[in-house]
Amino acid sequence: MAMKWIETLVGGLMIAGALALSMLAFKVSGIQLAGGDTFYHVTADFENVGSLQTRSKVSLSGLVIGEVTHIQYVREDYTARVTLKIKSSYDNLPIDSIAAILTQGMLGDQYIGLSVGAEEESLVEGSVIEETQSALVLEELIGAFLLSMTKE
Amino acid sequence: MLDRVQQLGASTLGFIQRFGHSGIFLFYSLWGIPKLKSGTALLIKQLYSVGVLSLVIIVVSGTFIGMVLGLQGYTILSDFGTENALGQLVALSLVRELAPVVTALLFAGRAGSALTAEIGLMKATEQLASMEMIGVDPLRRIIAPRLIAGFISMPILTAIFCATGVWGGYLVGVEWLGLYEGAFWANMQSSVSFEHDVLNGILKGFVFGIAITWIAVFQGYESEPTSEGISVATTKTVVYSSLTVLALDFILTAMMFGEF
Repeated sequence: MAMKWIETLVGGLMIAGALALSMLAFKVSGIQLAGGDTFYHVTADFENVGSLQTRSKVSLSGLVIGEVTHIQYVREDYTARVTLKIKSSYDNLPIDSIAAILTQGMLGDQYIGLSVGAEEESLVEGSVIEETQSALVLEELIGAFLLSMTKE
Repeated sequence: MLDRVQQLGASTLGFIQRFGHSGIFLFYSLWGIPKLKSGTALLIKQLYSVGVLSLVIIVVSGTFIGMVLGLQGYTILSDFGTENALGQLVALSLVRELAPVVTALLFAGRAGSALTAEIGLMKATEQLASMEMIGVDPLRRIIAPRLIAGFISMPILTAIFCATGVWGGYLVGVEWLGLYEGAFWANMQSSVSFEHDVLNGILKGFVFGIAITWIAVFQGYESEPTSEGISVATTKTVVYSSLTVLALDFILTAMMFGEF
């Protein structure tokens, strides 16, 4: 009888642990079970990626449509090649779309914002985004501003 | 002078020897296939005394630590007008660091000391020796279930600590201080990753569990069979496991979250 009671309590502990873990998974880390999302990959070369990291967001009109999977140095051009994965449901992005590295708020993370182009042709797996806009470096910005002040 | 050097050498060798001894002890306790039927019953009993009985202290401290984090975080974050990041602050600090470490320290105090005292008393009253006499291996029957129970309980308790802590932070931030609930959860979810943060935190808990139970059981088994010896062993368990946990925490954090 006593053994049964103990077993029940231990079972309770295990269930509490499982519940806690699933709460951490779904409520805290916001994991999505619908892992069936398919993606396609495009690359873009930037002169300066700032503090962009893998897993940074890719957004289009404010919605998250993908993420950065890879950042790699291109020897020949001295640039950084960023590989993005974009959800397959966003398959009508024109090939001349512009990728810009933007910052969320004042102190926020950097992310890639896509601005839609005008071509008929769409981005597909392996496409290259030609038009890019590098991350803003605050010091350069201030430098340029001061230079324009002195010119006047 | 030469005496000093000799002493230093002797104590270093002694330390290494003791370390090796405890390793062999761990190996012999876990070696071999456990008997399924009697083993399960023993394990469940230990899971009860190591895990279930630690539950209350874990839940209570988790809630309070979460609440304190919520309150402190809110005061600082509101200076910068970023109080919406409270969810992120509470969840990340709990999941990555506070939950495993505080759970481990509480576990060392609550379960580790009890294990040492219990085994130490068994040794002092010659229960272990008589067990050996009738052909029952005390390592398999007494030590192994306690070790495994510790290995299983710690990750579970860590997860429970995390969950209650986040709930405590939610209670203070959203219910009392009136943060917007959606922002609280959304910020948390966008910054916490399941594999990188949650699983690593629980892995930390598991490693700490191994360290604490190993130390506790070994200290009990090797204690002087006197009442003073038991008290020394119990103190040693708590001190050694706390220090080990903190040192291991640094190493694990550097491995998991350090970027180099």
